[in-house]
Amino acid sequence: MIRKTNNIPTRVGFGEGLKELGKKNKNIIALGADITASVNMNLFAEEFPERFYSLGIAEQNIVGVAAGFALDNKIPFFSTYAVFSALRTTDQIRVSVCYNNLPVKIGGAHAGISVGADGATHQALEDIAIMRVLPNMTVISPCDATQTKLATIASVEQVKGPAYIRYGRDAVPNFTSENQEFIIGKGQELVKGNDITIIATGHMVWEAIKAAEELGKNKILARVINIHTIKPIDKEIIIKAAKETGAIVTAEEHQIMGGFGSAVAEVVVANNPVPMEFIGMNNQFGESGEPEKLLVKYKMKSKNIIDAVKRVLQRKK
Amino acid sequence: MDNKYTILELTDIAKEIRKDILLSISEAGSGHTGGSLGLADVFTSLYFNILNHNPQNPNYNNRDRLILSIGHVAPVLYAALANAGYFSKSELLSLRKLGTRLQGHPGKNHNLPGIELSSGSLGQGLSISVGLALSAKSDKKKWKVYTILGDGELQEGSIWEAAMSAAHYKLNNLIALVDRNHVQIDGQTNKVMDIEPLAEKWKAFGWNVLNCNGNNIAEIIDTYKIANSEKTKPTVIIAETVMGKGVPEIEGNYLWHGKAPSKEQAKLFINSLR
Repeated sequence: MIRKTNNIPTRVGFGEGLKELGKKNKNIIALGADITASVNMNLFAEEFPERFYSLGIAEQNIVGVAAGFALDNKIPFFSTYAVFSALRTTDQIRVSVCYNNLPVKIGGAHAGISVGADGATHQALEDIAIMRVLPNMTVISPCDATQTKLATIASVEQVKGPAYIRYGRDAVPNFTSENQEFIIGKGQELVKGNDITIIATGHMVWEAIKAAEELGKNKILARVINIHTIKPIDKEIIIKAAKETGAIVTAEEHQIMGGFGSAVAEVVVANNPVPMEFIGMNNQFGESGEPEKLLVKYKMKSKNIIDAVKRVLQRKK
Repeated sequence: MDNKYTILELTDIAKEIRKDILLSISEAGSGHTGGSLGLADVFTSLYFNILNHNPQNPNYNNRDRLILSIGHVAPVLYAALANAGYFSKSELLSLRKLGTRLQGHPGKNHNLPGIELSSGSLGQGLSISVGLALSAKSDKKKWKVYTILGDGELQEGSIWEAAMSAAHYKLNNLIALVDRNHVQIDGQTNKVMDIEPLAEKWKAFGWNVLNCNGNNIAEIIDTYKIANSEKTKPTVIIAETVMGKGVPEIEGNYLWHGKAPSKEQAKLFINSLR
């Protein structure tokens, strides 16, 4: 059984990963967008003040400035809330960063509805869909703080071009090991099972694990796969799951349309079609509230995954 | 920077660049003729006098960077690069055709020597220039960033975000030139969306502001030299140009912003080049 050690926001992992990168590589620089501490970039800024540049509340400009640094062989990070870092700046990311194929690393902070009280404007639920359609972009969505640290480091050490790292605000269960093998583009099978596969990303991986434990009590053996790299996606692990378990439920803290579940479905329908169900936001905006209550209201809890598993099993041949 | 060429020789080079622009765009059947012709004198001044660059070693680290924010005037960049020796002039006739290295808007991934940046979405080049200039300044490098902006492009808000940040970081190694031809696709810039008072705007944003006749090579070179001596601020050169300059039939006519001459028209225009 997988145990959590404690609850830590994934943004803490981003901050620690960035600081560690700073120590290892002097070409790493960071650009601040006024909410430096909130996105945990302050650790880097305090340690390496000569490599931190404040650019204020001007996200379109920050993307271009990052691209300019990258043209001069630097590896720039910028991070702000994902609604701004990925959505306000999409054209700048598309042309200045992705078309030029520059190693700009973008932090998408405060992703998902678990942002909570700030409400709909600050809850990024569309960023995966937008970032994953951009050519040259790598999209990473780690499941806990430890993995976010490793993902941040991997975004430089394993990715040559642009990368988008998605992480959250709220403290969430930390359950992966510092010693885990973290390979960009390679999914992780966390729970074994052959009746059904739950494929999750980000915060929803923990909910998937809880769902599998609950299903096990009713003799439904669910496989749980963590897809931390949404692009390039691990086709092999998905096709294998489709073949061996014959039904799939995806789970993400993001819009269902065009998001992570769609990315999994693209692989499934092209290679080994099986019935699928999707857990995520259903074509609507969020609202203010406590993270836990929002996840319940918008049906992104382990209970909802269990319900989806039961539905999809009825369709399984 | 060098004075290898006299003003008379530079004038001849500019004429040759105009000829190449007309040939390549008419062969392509589409392209931005007016703006490309209007900037021929600026590009001649840059590539044949102002810029430290090396066509035989296009990516050497200490070169000056020419950042073309208005990617749609790619034909003048391509013609200048070919005339400077980056690639064969015959390749200019492949402009906009399938498989070409001369994309409709510059595409770095197509590996044309001398292309610093893929561009074509307006309002982005100044931010990139700020990143480059800040990187060079942080490393105490001597090279400079020369950016070409359009006047209509200044309607993009991101330009002013970038302008604010360039002054904040005292980027005196950044010199932007605004191609002030007063026209954009829908018509006169002051009718479409007025950008005046322009010099005052840049001054208010903390920039050193210079003016010149952007179709007078001696004046362009002198103005760039003044800009290069600036110690604390980024410089913007507001260069008054005439769209379509050199071809009397189309000078100042906004209808030629995004239009290509036919091959017959191009021949006539080349004969009338002055």
